[in-house]
Amino acid sequence: MSLELKQVTKIVDGETYIYPTNLHLEAGTFNILLGTTLSGKTTLMQLMAGLDKPSSGEIWFDGANVTNMAVQKRNVSMVYQQFINYPNMSVFDNIASPLRVAKMQHGEIEKRVGDIAEILQISQMLDRRPSELSGGQQQRVAMARALVKDSQLILFDEPLANLDFKLREELRDELPRIFSERNSVVVYATTEPSEALLFGGKTAAMYEGTVAQFGDTGEVYRQPRNLKSAQVFSEPPLNTAVVHKSENVFKINDDVSWPVAKAYEHISDGEYTVGIRPHHVYPHRMNDEHIAIEGVVQVAELSGSESMIHFTTLGNSWVSLSHGVHAFAAQEKTTLYADVANCFYFDTDNKLITA
Amino acid sequence: MAKITLSNLRHSYLQNPKDDADWALKKLDLEWDDGGAYALLGPSGCGKTTLLNLISGLLTASHGQILFDDQDVSLLPPDKRHIAQVFQFPVVYDTMTVYDNLAFPLRNRGIDEGTVDRRVREVADMTDLTSMLTRRASKLTADGKQKISLGRGMVRTDVNAILFDEPLTVIDPHLKFQLRSKLKELHDRVNRTMIYVTHDQTEALTFADKVVVMNMGEVVQIGTPVDLFERPQHTFVGHFIGSPGMNVIPCEIHDGQAHLSGQRLETVNKSSASTTGAEIGIRPEFISFSDHGLPVKVVKVSDSGRFNIVEANCDGYKIKLLLEEGAPIPSEDAKIKFDPSSTRIYVDGWLSGLEGTV
Amino acid sequence: MNKTVNQKAWFLVLPVLALVAFNAIIPLMTVVNYSVQETFGDNTFFWAGVLWFEEILRSERFHASLGRQLFFTFSILAIEIPLGVIIALAMPRKGIWVSVCLVLMAMPLLIPWNVVGAMWNIFALPDIGLLGKMLNGMGIDYNFTRQPVAAWATLIAMDVWHWTSLVVLLAYAGLVSIPDAYYQAAKIDGASSWAIFRYIQLPKMKRVLTIAILLRFMDSFNIYTEPFVLTGGGPGNSTTLLSIDLVKLALGQFDLGPAAAMSLIYFLVILLLSWVFYTLMMRNEEQ
Repeated sequence: MSLELKQVTKIVDGETYIYPTNLHLEAGTFNILLGTTLSGKTTLMQLMAGLDKPSSGEIWFDGANVTNMAVQKRNVSMVYQQFINYPNMSVFDNIASPLRVAKMQHGEIEKRVGDIAEILQISQMLDRRPSELSGGQQQRVAMARALVKDSQLILFDEPLANLDFKLREELRDELPRIFSERNSVVVYATTEPSEALLFGGKTAAMYEGTVAQFGDTGEVYRQPRNLKSAQVFSEPPLNTAVVHKSENVFKINDDVSWPVAKAYEHISDGEYTVGIRPHHVYPHRMNDEHIAIEGVVQVAELSGSESMIHFTTLGNSWVSLSHGVHAFAAQEKTTLYADVANCFYFDTDNKLITA
Repeated sequence: MAKITLSNLRHSYLQNPKDDADWALKKLDLEWDDGGAYALLGPSGCGKTTLLNLISGLLTASHGQILFDDQDVSLLPPDKRHIAQVFQFPVVYDTMTVYDNLAFPLRNRGIDEGTVDRRVREVADMTDLTSMLTRRASKLTADGKQKISLGRGMVRTDVNAILFDEPLTVIDPHLKFQLRSKLKELHDRVNRTMIYVTHDQTEALTFADKVVVMNMGEVVQIGTPVDLFERPQHTFVGHFIGSPGMNVIPCEIHDGQAHLSGQRLETVNKSSASTTGAEIGIRPEFISFSDHGLPVKVVKVSDSGRFNIVEANCDGYKIKLLLEEGAPIPSEDAKIKFDPSSTRIYVDGWLSGLEGTV
Repeated sequence: MNKTVNQKAWFLVLPVLALVAFNAIIPLMTVVNYSVQETFGDNTFFWAGVLWFEEILRSERFHASLGRQLFFTFSILAIEIPLGVIIALAMPRKGIWVSVCLVLMAMPLLIPWNVVGAMWNIFALPDIGLLGKMLNGMGIDYNFTRQPVAAWATLIAMDVWHWTSLVVLLAYAGLVSIPDAYYQAAKIDGASSWAIFRYIQLPKMKRVLTIAILLRFMDSFNIYTEPFVLTGGGPGNSTTLLSIDLVKLALGQFDLGPAAAMSLIYFLVILLLSWVFYTLMMRNEEQ
């Protein structure tokens, strides 16, 4: 079972919402669409569901061309950010509704609803109304309704975004368990890189209507093919700076330079962009090989266990994320230490230089 | 600016509350110093918004008193309490420009235009709104509008406290941290009492000097972010703060010492309780694999980028470990060790050895 | 988001289209036909071109009734819109009284229009009507069947009584949709009630008020039943509004040509004024 997008685009009133996109999504894993708001995730999902028609290109599902098929014909379920439930029906009726539309037998409906409610831990609430439930419970009801239909394509559009922080964590743990064991293609849109990483599966890093990279989540994270993909997968944002390579030295300015590692010796001299993730920039020296960079602290955000320090340095805003509590005053001058053994280099076309 | 004191405060939305569940806020006694940054942290429905509205005067408390600088303001309406509030949804006066929006609270109080202009420009500079002063407020993005709301609070010099009610709710996720750090920066600069309500621990812990953790209408613990992280007094705090939260594992007590899976555990505190209701609290960050220790089975490994979250099973109990990127993870059977300085015994949820607990 | 295009939908719409065509478009075409021809009713037609249109547009009678109509429409707009907004502001937004008020407001709208006219006719009768008797008893010389001023006053009062509720309900819907946070923020900012009205309530009500004004404008320009039952267009011609005049012309005098031309002119006037109103409102909103 697979969902395939072939050269799919979406142009509305002259504005391109989706650039030509090719994607091949398989059943059995979480396929994640990761990107900021307005990167095209929702538009792409609606094209996949059949709620919208692509301006050009084709959509194939399970070997059949479904581009022109109306959404009611397609076997698809969708879970939204806002908990969408029928307000005047009980939880049981809510979950049973797609089965009733399919004219299933009453006994069969009861069994299926009971099973699904058990999996989503809402068996106690079957006779209540959605308005009587908490946010997390309402979203579970919406998910139950999507699950019970046993659709071949299940789409999640940032379903946890309206939930409390802790609740999000809990559901994040449960979701892969519940949905991976099915023979359906699951597509999940989110803006949070940590969510994508925790789910695993495959990720499409999206940026302004294009898929910057698609592949196994860990791989997209550790080997971003281009600058955009690296930035999409960084929270806090990726630290970047322009660096020049000449002979065997990478140089940002007279004070900041480091020797080129063996792996990169083969690349030509010239201008590159170096990208370092915030957790590889430290406020204190951790290792002799780290490079010292002078900066001015804008603000130090200290949680109980970590420090997120915002600096201005090298003409850019950089962020350092480290364990422990490191307090700094605003406008304080200090030195950061960058782990250049753990960074990315991008050429002038923003493509990753491979070692 | 003022010291804020909550004395014997209780609130119910019902006329005749009967049992515990009818009280949105159970008995509270709190004191906040001048100029501090405080957060009210807790899950939805814990009473934090109720508390905020009681402080701002949008709600009148059914019992108890609220004092600003030792003056009883419990019955005063919001505009007499000299507070400012930033809401979840940006509230701007659509028909006015950004400049007029910021000037509004001052003009309503009859301040002369010269002072108004000076204050508005000062605040616009602090909130990076200077380039947009002449624009129609309705045209700004969500975070711009929240800055206007914030600016309206800061433009008045007589403000005792600025209250924030989950202000980052409608902000785009990738802009959230910008506004968050801007709020922190502003507090550092302006030094006014700021009270921030949220369910997001990152927001609370990074913004506040002191965090009030609430659950079901009660204050569970007040402390600095480090205190709450390193020394949670209740399993709720341990679980709520930290991502993932603290592991809470039922254990047995023999001779005041905790025992798990037949092994004795070194803990920070001791307990004199006999057996029931005792649990061990240990954060995933403080557990490591070792050659000697508790036998566990590794069930799941999640890659979270900067670290790995390992889920292990010990006698049917789920234990999570947090390991650095690249640290070795045994495949199935392994032994784990708890850092004794971070392991604590809790009885019925409360830290054992606290005044008034067993 | 766009809905999927479903060609089958056209089949569902066909019956309605057929009905509309039969009941509206064909008669409309007939009217257009009559307006450009001269006939004596015996099925012989002579092409008249723009003759009737010119005659109507030049006729004093037409100018007079158009003038009366414009006066009527703008008077009731000037009264009903502000009054409706004031009542909507005064209505409670929460609690049990909300339903009571809404029902009270809806009641005048439920009464059949000819009954409204008849009610006010009797109500205002100078000798036996409650209002008429009371006014005369207070020393005001009031007789709407004889005095043009009294007739106008009664006509306008009747329309205000009948239709202000519509404005109230629309404005109320707009008001109720304003989140509490706005009022709370205004309280904290120290805003006066007037400032709250001007900067929060009025802007948020703009959209619904546009609808209310447009609806009242078109309806009042079209009005027929109530004034006809109330005054019959009298005394004399003083309350003969456009629609009443048109009917007199068409059915009373059987001048089909001029009547048809007048209908078309009437229709075009409404269309033009509605368009002007609408564009002004929309442009205002975009700013």
